[in-house]
Amino acid sequence: MNAFDYRAPRALDEALAILAEHGDEARVVAGGTALVTMLRQHLLRPACLVSLREVEGLDRIESANGAIRLGALVTHRDAELSPILRQRLPVLAETFRRVGTIRIRHMATVGGALAHADPNQDPPVTLLALGARVEIRCARGRRELPLADFVRGYYETALEPGEVVTAITTPIPPPASGASFIKFLPRTADDYATVAAAAVVTLEPGGERCREARIALGSVGMTPLRATSAETLLAGQVLDEGRLRAAGEAARADVDPVSDHRGSAAYKRAMTAVMVVRALTQAREAARRATAR
Amino acid sequence: MIRLTVNGTPHEVEAPAHRTLLDCLRYDLGLTGSKEGCGVGVCGACTVLLDGKMISSCIALAVFADGREITTVEGLAEDERLHPVQQAFIDRGGFQCGICTPGQVVAAKALLDANPDPSETDIKEWMLGNLCRCTGYYKIVESIQAAARVSRP
Repeated sequence: MNAFDYRAPRALDEALAILAEHGDEARVVAGGTALVTMLRQHLLRPACLVSLREVEGLDRIESANGAIRLGALVTHRDAELSPILRQRLPVLAETFRRVGTIRIRHMATVGGALAHADPNQDPPVTLLALGARVEIRCARGRRELPLADFVRGYYETALEPGEVVTAITTPIPPPASGASFIKFLPRTADDYATVAAAAVVTLEPGGERCREARIALGSVGMTPLRATSAETLLAGQVLDEGRLRAAGEAARADVDPVSDHRGSAAYKRAMTAVMVVRALTQAREAARRATAR
Repeated sequence: MIRLTVNGTPHEVEAPAHRTLLDCLRYDLGLTGSKEGCGVGVCGACTVLLDGKMISSCIALAVFADGREITTVEGLAEDERLHPVQQAFIDRGGFQCGICTPGQVVAAKALLDANPDPSETDIKEWMLGNLCRCTGYYKIVESIQAAARVSRP
């Protein structure tokens, strides 16, 4: 690691002022799992590290106006164990539970993971299916972006120098909805997925037809992706096995995987179809249970 | 200046900001129980507790521990009396070459602190980030189960 200045202010405004002063010479650190690893590998050589670890008020999980707001400094472990999240948005708690190991989840933060924008991460997949929005602050003000616009590419986000992710807000799906997150792990439980899939299915009153299905996929492109070709086959339809299989086949066209040691591009594309069917089946069953209540 | 408490003892360490917590423990404080294996947070050989929560000290900066409490394998025994987890690893053969053992023992202690009566599944899920290249996993699980039995009131 190269040497750097380390600043750990207690107030967000102070952190934003330091970042404004240093521009792209500064890097933000929260949990450090991604950043310190990249520093150790000499992939980054910042002059200044601005820590958000001592900033107060960024680690809250709140439920208001039909949405859940996760502060940027909430750890993956906090999210996984949060009673609010487990009750109101269990698919998201479960997604955080599936990340890496408990050691990593104790360190890695919700906001840090988004800013890192590794296409193999799990939470952005579920957050994309849920329609999450990212809250951003800088010394001059505040803005909010849909997650789909926030993630721009491979390890690339819409964050400008001086900007910091402060929270993510996720709407709670309407009644008669069910959601799922699954990932295919041929090697170890703490590995990145070969393919990850999240689905949110909302049924029409009566529970026969699908009102809306949202599907997101991870590890099969430069960013987490929506399977829009698959989604359009499902709206207004009865979700029988044939319909789900057709959606899975359609999703092959939505992805652009690369070959690596977790599978060839062709294999990942084929597994995309399988994983979409499985995720939709689980989400449909959860939606039916919600409708029956 | 980093002020941290390690195994109950306060320390002041003059270390640069790019010092990892693991290097600080090993080279500044001479606590060489925690090991560096993979260096990227995967293998668990460097497992320590930060305010009671297990973390990978190889990808934590020493400054993260400023004003906080660290527990390492050196802090588990009380005087000459081993922690029940340490005793169980000895009694049950919970290690072979030993390089992963400090991390295994610290992780197992953290598990029993959080969940004094873990199921086998709980143990496997908690410990999955502590790799043993000798593949002594069955005996590690048995050791933790034995430690849980003697620790329970």
